[in-house]
Amino acid sequence: MWRPCGTFDDTYEKDVTIMRTAAQWAVTIAGLVLLGLLPFLLGGGLITTLNLIGVSVVSIMGLHILTGLTGQISLGHGAFMGVGAYAMMMLMNLTGFSFWLAMPLAVLTSGLVGLFFGLPSLRIKGFYLAMATLAAQFIIPWTIINVRPDLTGGTSTLTVDAPNLFGFAFSSQQRIFYLVMAFAVISVILARNLQRSKVGRAFVAIRDNDLAAEIMGVEIFRYKLLAFFICSLYSGLGGCLLAVWMGAVNVDSFLLHESIWYLGMIIVGGLGSVPGAVFGVVFIRFLEIVSQSIGPPIAGFFPDAIGAAVKSGISPFIFGLVILLFLAYEPRGLAHRWEIFKHFYRRWPFSH
Amino acid sequence: MLSLLPQFVVTGLLIGSVYALIAVSIVLVFKATRIFNFAVGELLALGGYFCFSFVVWWHFPLWLALLGALMMAVVTGFLVERLVLRPLLSQSLLTIIMATLALGVLLRGLMLMIWTGYDVAFPKNLLPGRTVLVGDVAMSHELLWAGAIAVTSFAALAFFFMKTNTGLRMRAVSEDHELSMACGVNITVVFAVTWVLAVILGTLAGFLMGYRLSLAPSYTPLLALKAFPAVIFGGLESITGALVGGLVVGLIEAVVGGLIDPNLGEISAYVLLLIVLFIRPEGLFGLKRIERI
Repeated sequence: MWRPCGTFDDTYEKDVTIMRTAAQWAVTIAGLVLLGLLPFLLGGGLITTLNLIGVSVVSIMGLHILTGLTGQISLGHGAFMGVGAYAMMMLMNLTGFSFWLAMPLAVLTSGLVGLFFGLPSLRIKGFYLAMATLAAQFIIPWTIINVRPDLTGGTSTLTVDAPNLFGFAFSSQQRIFYLVMAFAVISVILARNLQRSKVGRAFVAIRDNDLAAEIMGVEIFRYKLLAFFICSLYSGLGGCLLAVWMGAVNVDSFLLHESIWYLGMIIVGGLGSVPGAVFGVVFIRFLEIVSQSIGPPIAGFFPDAIGAAVKSGISPFIFGLVILLFLAYEPRGLAHRWEIFKHFYRRWPFSH
Repeated sequence: MLSLLPQFVVTGLLIGSVYALIAVSIVLVFKATRIFNFAVGELLALGGYFCFSFVVWWHFPLWLALLGALMMAVVTGFLVERLVLRPLLSQSLLTIIMATLALGVLLRGLMLMIWTGYDVAFPKNLLPGRTVLVGDVAMSHELLWAGAIAVTSFAALAFFFMKTNTGLRMRAVSEDHELSMACGVNITVVFAVTWVLAVILGTLAGFLMGYRLSLAPSYTPLLALKAFPAVIFGGLESITGALVGGLVVGLIEAVVGGLIDPNLGEISAYVLLLIVLFIRPEGLFGLKRIERI
């Protein structure tokens, strides 16, 4: 890794630390303080979007670990989020658990369900594994809708109470912001550290060449299952936070469509990079807003019926186009651009 | 209840023939290019919509509308191959999967823009004929047509692969890309032909699905996803397998849906998929791959 001039690793601790210079500490702390002040600086609509971004960041960390690091493709991410959200909703509404008790249990439930659907990865990989997760993506929402609609509400929307911490209710978007961002920051730190650990290196070894990894002594099955488990923990937590963010759960938020968007986020961000995954989330969520806001002006050129159709179709159209362009022209994603920028900044004024 | 079994079996097999069409379309592309086409649902819906536009908007007679839709399928297949997938040949698996998924999302957006999100249906008297009764088993005319068109297309495909030069080249390419290039096969032409064929099969399936139920950008592509279990069941490398898989998926769906619970029928294909993946991941007719580092 390139580091600023004059930074030497003269102890082991310095070699493994993430924060290497005082400037990095300063930027990080300033960033966190700014994050804390954002609800006072920005309007309500933007805060709602930022909250959604925070929820997506939590969730995307799971996909980053499963797909970005371990190379296992999951088309069921949205469904695993649904498991978390519905488990939490049922624990809170039916047994009267508080958010702080229901949430960890829901996250664990999601992890176990993910573990089950990760079992086929023992024998299969690639397309076949994508198929197995696709089956999960259809079976889980079907279960939510059909098996016990009296408990899950079927296709209808059920409300979730706002969580409460020592009398502080996370009832408005400004307040939820702190809850979501706290989880987002913790998730990112955990994912970043997991990536640097023995487990993370085993994941990367499996991604790069699973046979070679096995010969080198990485227990493939154990680590693949672990990756599925961790991924589903994150997606379960994402689902819980999504439920808090919406104040309700509805099965429509957890369909195949969502899983594809999450995969798109890590593609745009760049596979195997934590900052990349975050960039991807921010990019796609803002792209969504932009494409929705350019919809009406474009629709204005058409007669009403067609205009409405254009408005509804423009968002998926732009999303698909952007992903295809990224795949063709910048397959390493925004993370690569970020690295280029950092290199430029650190070596300035020398070009190479 | 059990007396209805023959009815469900026949209906299932006829619907299964449409699934088989879609499954064969997927396997064709996979064999030639090693790309699994997740956009098959959207391509199918697009084909159905082209047909719909020719019939309902411009009042073409059916044969002309079908011909027009097939021409559009040729154009679409060619464009998809040239613009989307050729740049991504021999890329990593995730790139390819994501490319076809993104293509699907893009096409869905396009369909929403052109044909809106509302259901559209073909006029029900478009295809001649009426429901046929054999003993206690009723076969509606749209399903009979579906079976007939599917069987005809399979026969045409078999002839194409066995008897024509292009078919021979395609079989060679599916064996080994480099070897067939060394033997003078123009591999890019073969890829283009493969995609065109696949989209044609998809268009036929889209028309049949659309005629039987209705067309909607949100709903029709999901019907095509039921062909995925069929493909896995038969094995990714085998066209015969895709055929059998399609029939089996249709059969299981109809029998489970009819005898046990209609809701369970909808999901049974995916449960089958999971079971097959657990027990015999390479499918019924697939090849076990030997891997080396």
